[in-house]
Amino acid sequence: MLEIKNLHASVDGKDILKGINLTVKPGQVHAIMGPNGAGKSTLSNVLAGRDGYEITQGSVVFKDEDLLDLEAEERARRGVFLAFQYPVEIHGVSNIYLLKAAVNAVREHQGLDELDAMDFLTLVREKLQLVKMNEEFLYRGVNEGFSGGEKKRNEILQMALLEPALAILDETDSGLDIDALKTVSEGVNALRSQDRSIVMITHYQRLLDYIVPDFVHVLSDGQIVKSGDKELAKELESKGYSWVTDAPKAGQTA
Amino acid sequence: MAEQKQQIEEFVPNEYSAGFVTDIESESLPVGLSEDIVRQISKIKGEPEFLLEWRLEAYRHWLTLETPEWAHVNYPEIDYQEISYYSAPKDKKDGPKSLDEVDPELLRTYEKLGVPLEERARLAGVAVDAVFDSVSVANTFQDKLAEEGILFMPFSKAVKEHPELLKKYLGSVVSYRDNYYAALNSAVFSDGSFVYIPKGVRCPMELSTYFRINAANTGQFERTLIIADDDAYVSYLEGCTAPMRDENQLHAAVVELVAMERAEIKYSTVQNWYPGDENGVGGIYNFVTKRAACRGESSKVSWTQVETGSAITWKYPSVILQGDNSIGEFYSVAVTNNLQQADTGTKMIHLGKNTSSTIISKGISAGRSSNAYRGLVRVGPNAENARNYTECDSLLMGDTCAAHTFPYIEVKNPSAQVEHEASTSKISEDQLFYCKQRGMDTEDAVSMIVNGFCKEVIHQLPMEFAVEAQNLLGLSLEGSVG
Repeated sequence: MLEIKNLHASVDGKDILKGINLTVKPGQVHAIMGPNGAGKSTLSNVLAGRDGYEITQGSVVFKDEDLLDLEAEERARRGVFLAFQYPVEIHGVSNIYLLKAAVNAVREHQGLDELDAMDFLTLVREKLQLVKMNEEFLYRGVNEGFSGGEKKRNEILQMALLEPALAILDETDSGLDIDALKTVSEGVNALRSQDRSIVMITHYQRLLDYIVPDFVHVLSDGQIVKSGDKELAKELESKGYSWVTDAPKAGQTA
Repeated sequence: MAEQKQQIEEFVPNEYSAGFVTDIESESLPVGLSEDIVRQISKIKGEPEFLLEWRLEAYRHWLTLETPEWAHVNYPEIDYQEISYYSAPKDKKDGPKSLDEVDPELLRTYEKLGVPLEERARLAGVAVDAVFDSVSVANTFQDKLAEEGILFMPFSKAVKEHPELLKKYLGSVVSYRDNYYAALNSAVFSDGSFVYIPKGVRCPMELSTYFRINAANTGQFERTLIIADDDAYVSYLEGCTAPMRDENQLHAAVVELVAMERAEIKYSTVQNWYPGDENGVGGIYNFVTKRAACRGESSKVSWTQVETGSAITWKYPSVILQGDNSIGEFYSVAVTNNLQQADTGTKMIHLGKNTSSTIISKGISAGRSSNAYRGLVRVGPNAENARNYTECDSLLMGDTCAAHTFPYIEVKNPSAQVEHEASTSKISEDQLFYCKQRGMDTEDAVSMIVNGFCKEVIHQLPMEFAVEAQNLLGLSLEGSVG
């Protein structure tokens, strides 16, 4: 599904990612944890194709294609989805308009007919249930005046509609109270499947109690310094990041 | 980020799809302006004496005036002796005839522009007056409208058939003494549309005038006069295009609206004159005076404009709220890209009691353009309980364009309530990336964001034109985000 090899990326000449290696197979859920400034958000932005990052070395292959060669919208149409840490507000554009445009952009790429307004409404109503959102959300401006929890649920709604092959969840738990966290997690869990991969980026172990990952990686100073299963996250929680970040880097031990 | 800008600039230049020239023989007056030219125009039009006298007075007054320089626009001095003040497709006896007799080349021109001149295009539900350079070339649905007693005809025809109405209303809202371009227009205007809605009649269809400048080195000076008598209603729309030419062309129109007791006029403009190329070469100078008088009690005038074209736009559709309880509205979207300049806004003059006005202005600047809102809200000493709400929002694209707001408020009655809100924002990279991450390409994303920004104004447009305006907004701004 996704194979990242020796990925180096910089912003304004400053190296942020310094050789990331990561393989994600279909159906797997990977959690990437790490302290602030480790490069977590940079990794998600680079994978999604945001401008402003220079890839200095390495490669990213997604479903046998060179991902780095594609524009952000081309990646999205091929099934790369990023749930934003801070979803933006777009004044005057109704949520349903954006959702429909997104779904139809993907459908067009897949050679399917556009969904008309009625078919789309049927589809979106079904998906709203998943994240326990009211239909009224569809007609408000995109994320306009949404609470933190509503914004994150709206992201998962989009994921449910777009059915991506690879979903990157960037700090999806940040700013959520415990009830909202449960709702969002249940939504994500319902979307886990044999042929969908999920990469969760998070600062805290808390999220992993709800969305249980197959693998946990610790990102520090632009590299993955430790990998393990869900037990690693628990260990991190009790010992703190310094436990791994101060230790010699993986693969560099004598 | 620099990468994105570069990538986006590849979309520029945007296409101006109305930029073709119609190959048609035309008769033009020689360039230059003099009393003799004014007399010739009047003679060609077969006008009554009173109108010629009025033109000459306007011309003499114009000679005493100087070009206004207060607007926030820059352009080289216009040589008024280098312009031809009259151009018409050849073989016109007098005004428009039935569609069968209209030159097919002209019909094709309007077809290309998407203007339904064929009456069978009834779906559009729109009656059209097509003004080509200086004259009206086609005018649809006149008979159907006549059944209701509605007059909708070229100005030059109204001069002949309804001189009494013209005598009464012409210049009654915009005097030839009003300003430089109004004086010039009054002296040399050639055609335009005339509308009269009798008492108690609701006009059953949208009336529309489609202005087209074709000939080179000509100016277009049209005059529109709309009168809604007591309890009448009319919705009127004008559209404008011109070929792409390297030299600037002048368009100096005057529009006068009169709303009597409880009458309502809705006036919508989609202005897409040729804006010039990306280096600012060519384009139309759009210097227009538009004003409405709410003469009667509880009358209402609503201006809606979507301004995407012209090298320079200088216009302030205004409402004089004379009648008690009268209402004035101004909804505007002005888009400037490349080197376009716009100085536009409105004047709401509150004279009657309990008058109210609403101003919603959306300015969008891209490229190296300059976009200014200029508005005046004046409340006279007798205008008890006048109310105004003004909202001016500017959207900037990139960092080489400019937005300005010049609000003037003069209140002479203590019971007035005047509110003014203003905001400036940018299309952020975050918004663009968000849309792209959902699979939309840059152009669709920009178009969607801009349409969201303008939503309140677009919603005011009649259905048929809202779609056109939305597309136009997308086209005008294609690739202008950085």
